Amino acid sequence: MSRLAARRKLTNLVAAALSSLAALIALAVLGSILWTLFERGFPALRWSVLTTSMAPTGENGGLANAIVGSLIQVGIGMVIATPIGVLGGTYLSEYARGSRLGQVTRFVSDILLSAPSILIGLFVYTLLVATTKTYSGIAGAVALAVIAIPIIIRTTEDMLSLVPTALREAAAALGAPKWKVTTLIAWRAAGAGMLTGLLLSLARLAGETAPLLFTSLGNLNWSTSLGKPMASLPIAIYQFAASPYEDLVQLAWAGALIVTVGVLAINIIAQLTIGRRR
Amino acid sequence: MSEAIPIAAMAGAAAVRPRRPSLSGGSGSAAARADRRFAGLVSSTGILVLALLSAIIIMLAVGAWPALRVFGPGFFINPVWDSVNEVFGAGIMVYGTLVSAFLALLIAVPLATGVAYVLTELLPDALRRPIGVIIQMLAAIPSIIYGMWGFFVLAPWLAEHFILDVADFFVDVPVLNKIFDYGSGNSVFTAGLVLGVMILPLISAMFVEILASTPVVLKESVYGLGATRFEVIRHVAVPYGKRAMIGAIMLGLGRALGETMAVTFVIGNATRLSPSIFAQGSTIASTIANEFNEAGFGTLKLASLLGLGLTLLIISFIVLAASRALVINKAGH
Repeated sequence: MSRLAARRKLTNLVAAALSSLAALIALAVLGSILWTLFERGFPALRWSVLTTSMAPTGENGGLANAIVGSLIQVGIGMVIATPIGVLGGTYLSEYARGSRLGQVTRFVSDILLSAPSILIGLFVYTLLVATTKTYSGIAGAVALAVIAIPIIIRTTEDMLSLVPTALREAAAALGAPKWKVTTLIAWRAAGAGMLTGLLLSLARLAGETAPLLFTSLGNLNWSTSLGKPMASLPIAIYQFAASPYEDLVQLAWAGALIVTVGVLAINIIAQLTIGRRR
Repeated sequence: MSEAIPIAAMAGAAAVRPRRPSLSGGSGSAAARADRRFAGLVSSTGILVLALLSAIIIMLAVGAWPALRVFGPGFFINPVWDSVNEVFGAGIMVYGTLVSAFLALLIAVPLATGVAYVLTELLPDALRRPIGVIIQMLAAIPSIIYGMWGFFVLAPWLAEHFILDVADFFVDVPVLNKIFDYGSGNSVFTAGLVLGVMILPLISAMFVEILASTPVVLKESVYGLGATRFEVIRHVAVPYGKRAMIGAIMLGLGRALGETMAVTFVIGNATRLSPSIFAQGSTIASTIANEFNEAGFGTLKLASLLGLGLTLLIISFIVLAASRALVINKAGH
């Protein structure tokens, strides 16, 4: 074997070894994160975490108000974002091909998609909190909606672009007006994919913390009023993890476990929806 | 005006696929009216998205205006953040943001390249899809979890096993002993590390997808010439996917620059400038998260924090524009 061949073989071997090492390091670090989460979160999970509200240290509080607050804000955020996002994605895929406004909209939607989420929080603060002089659950929901809109636009456009044009042409040839082609043919054909996009943005919203910091603020007490500060799971985790009290830190880990399991469960459902379609 | 836009959009659509036949009636029929109404509804969401971004820019600029008027354009680079004397500048935070994001890329990109190589070339086919799915799952874990891990696991570990040793090692080397000066577990370095770990699954997932999309024929023809696996990746798959890989790195950079929760836990939130990466520091996002609720309505501090937000928005714009320019430039060849 010539020296050149030997050197090339060696390079190949070294590259394989180095990247295997990189993959092992990556696996170990990410494994460490999941392990820490279960090791600290699981023992702290008690039934009372789900049934009692947050309380000062030593009073055996739970996270019930934070969980309900998260559900309310994420729910309202999705209700606001879904129609706007789905129609926006439909516009980009079905109506805006090649038009100037379409190109600009797609570019702007991409900017919104990559905008840091804390800036969305600042925006909604100046829009809804500074003007009403009060932090509120509805402000949190609006901030989450602004984050979800570009995600839903992107996934909707992607999924609609997978629908064969021939399908739309067949419907159009039967005399169906464009709005019927869009709603009855394109939406129906892309339905599972669009649903997956909605699920993924739901999962994203459930873990968002930064945009809620100065919109819904967090609340130690039970409150379902949209006009008042509202608790949420990520904010509760943030407040408790930084506290010096061991029982509150444990509660933060329990909350972190609940959020992560929830987010991963939604993701798995979304993956299964895609998988079944393929 | 509200009529003109949907029609223009329809004209654009007609260029791609045939307009529907007029069998179902003229422009005055109920069906045609419904069609126009739906087109208008759909196009209005496009305008809404434009309005949303404009509103974000305007609100931040208007909110930051009092601070910019007092401190002038120097606000963006002045490394002073003094809440007592009410003198504010973004310099320290811009520095912390850029350094931590750069460290994150330094860690995540080589690791992600290794992961992508192993996943696309070395592993048996049966394992690729499940592991690919696991990576995508990891990318979905909320950033606050990475922050907690950094705060409770990584920072204490670094303080005990890493920082002292490295600082000891460089103590007699000029310049480097300033960069690797003694510090604490909560530092710009730790923040960069946590950010790197956080964007690792994101970049890996994109790299895997990009490398796997190289046409098999292209790879096989080079294998046919006797190339090794590494040579095929290095000289075929990577050049083929270069554009997309730069885009993926830029996406990770954007995520690292604007991340709040993963950083706030571990960076120490100090508002002094230090050349050492082991010193406590702050990023734009961490400072906003930390100090916002201390600033009352209408104060100069609040305006300065909104000014920080504006700075972050400008930095994100620059990164996005740079990635587009790079990608388009590469595509031209």
